[in-house]
Amino acid sequence: MPRLESTTRMQALMAEAFRECDAAAWDPGRRVAWCSSVGPVELLRALGFAIFFPENHAAMLGASRAATDLIPAASAEGYSPDVCSYMTSDIGAFRRGVTALSRVDPSITAVPRPDVLVYDTNQCRDVLDWFSFYGRQWGAPVIGVSAPRGVGEVTGDLVASVAAQIRGLVQPLESIAGRRLDAGRLREAVAVSRDTSILWRRVLSTGEARPSPLTFFDACVHMGPAVVLRGDPRSAAYYEGLLAELEGRVARGEAAVAGERVRLYWEGMPIWGRLRDVSDLLARLGACVAGSTYCSSWVFDALDPDAPFDSMARAALELFITRTDAVKERILAAEARRYSVHGIVFHDAKTCPNNSNCRYGMPGRLAAGPGVPSVVVHSDLNDLRLHADEGVRLALEAFVEQCAEASP
Amino acid sequence: MNGPFWCGVDVGSSYAKAVLVDAEGEVAAEAVRRTGVAFDVVAAALRADLLGALPGAAAEGIARTVATGYGRDNVAFADGAVTELTCQAVAGWHLFRRAVTLIDVGGQDTKVIVLGPDGRRKSFQMNRRCASGTGAFLEEMAARLDTTPAGLETLAARGGEAVALSSFCTVFAKSELLSLIRGGRAVEDIALGVYDAVVRRVVEMAPLRDEIVLTGGAARPGGVLVRRFEAVLGRPVLVPAKPQMTGALGAALVAMRGGEASQ
Repeated sequence: MPRLESTTRMQALMAEAFRECDAAAWDPGRRVAWCSSVGPVELLRALGFAIFFPENHAAMLGASRAATDLIPAASAEGYSPDVCSYMTSDIGAFRRGVTALSRVDPSITAVPRPDVLVYDTNQCRDVLDWFSFYGRQWGAPVIGVSAPRGVGEVTGDLVASVAAQIRGLVQPLESIAGRRLDAGRLREAVAVSRDTSILWRRVLSTGEARPSPLTFFDACVHMGPAVVLRGDPRSAAYYEGLLAELEGRVARGEAAVAGERVRLYWEGMPIWGRLRDVSDLLARLGACVAGSTYCSSWVFDALDPDAPFDSMARAALELFITRTDAVKERILAAEARRYSVHGIVFHDAKTCPNNSNCRYGMPGRLAAGPGVPSVVVHSDLNDLRLHADEGVRLALEAFVEQCAEASP
Repeated sequence: MNGPFWCGVDVGSSYAKAVLVDAEGEVAAEAVRRTGVAFDVVAAALRADLLGALPGAAAEGIARTVATGYGRDNVAFADGAVTELTCQAVAGWHLFRRAVTLIDVGGQDTKVIVLGPDGRRKSFQMNRRCASGTGAFLEEMAARLDTTPAGLETLAARGGEAVALSSFCTVFAKSELLSLIRGGRAVEDIALGVYDAVVRRVVEMAPLRDEIVLTGGAARPGGVLVRRFEAVLGRPVLVPAKPQMTGALGAALVAMRGGEASQ
């Protein structure tokens, strides 16, 4: 599989962001906010916080296969091995005094100490438990948005409720930041986020091409700036370059998976510790995972700089993970059509019930209704003790064979 | 007999099986061995067994070999490798020629495969990360009852009222057996309960609407596992004459079609 040329630039950009955050933590004149990955980032940018994303850190622990050895340290403190392995591996890393950031830059020896932790429970309750651990450790305030879950229609009332909660964060954040919120800077941060979101969506949409110029596994790596640098102009600039590279591939008919013969869609979390293995396995089989719900989670269509609070609320409420199964089913059927896939791979991640969407009959309904076949792989986002290589491999190979039979 | 023949080798977690089919797709020879730990060695031995069963046959008479099962990538002389789900589906269609649901109780995993009326696989399910509902479960329970898998079936055949095992977990089920033994339950009823535990795990894997075909080493025609499936499902279950061999048969048929999985 040809490596995307943008990868080197992306890695440099991510390292730069991590170094900046680390430097801010040592600078008495700066304030550091930890933020859940789909939390109110723009507000924090506008107030001048350096922002650290624990979920990104946990994913790095997973991708480097360090997570499994770290989780027991959290379990020993009473964090069940059945709860979010992002949280338990991150807490375990803290307890062991290690950080995935050191792999990027050895001069970074610890995660940046937060002045405030800002969560949004639109994805799960675990982020609050996670942030509360660090709040207790450092005596830092833990504030955020308690968002509704199982959202069907995103109504005006829901938007107003969440927007009010985001507005409610302004005063405490101003106190910590030591400055007043500048409406112009907030508009600017929302505009940058919106621009990044549009570019990221276009990057992902190149996967609609046949053959696809990128895979879900590529996107998992290249989504870094969309998460860590949301609201920062460097992210938009990065995606302009990546988009140009991918559009060039499409124009030349270059495939991310040589001899693409089966197209798949990934639903659920990545298996971070086996990302490369699963990617290589599917590539050998000529199967391209052209799209995913996971990477689309950083597409925020609703963001509007002219209505920052309402649009941030709406964007957070429209997320796939926050919706009812009925809405998710419609989205998945539409995505399967959009990416012209043979079927869907559902990842049932043991410690992530909130983003394992196959547990309430969804695969059967998608097969019976729109006729989208699927397979369920049982694994986990970070805890490789819950992953069986042979079982996952067999399920994926058999599903690719089934898809190939269906359309020879 | 000089062939041509097509060979299927199914290197499963407990047993390795091999089948030769002739130009009509009929089984010309078959062989079974314990898998052991050297997959390539057992595969080569199986091929020798097959050729030894056919006077005058030689390796050159085998036009193509396809391997399947857990050790499918370790069969050095294979021309291709295909998953056992595809092989079971191909064999199921070859043997029954109608829409059926295949249940393969393997040593390490159990599979439910739905075949459509055109012989294509519509869907499949596999057991989760757990040995419950698999041949390994029967082996473990047999060991706990101080007998062999064959001995377990003999015991179960004499059972009257199956003991309900509540546990989904093989390890916990073993400790549950200890409690039952300590409580004085008849070992025959416990053995029957072990088979029911397997059946209960399988029937929860997928809706079993079509005719059911049961395969795998434990699915002996007329055996306890088959009878318990029939009792739970309330209808007859189809069993091939050689239920342990269907994976290898499917692989041989795939080999005959040039190694492609297409039906």
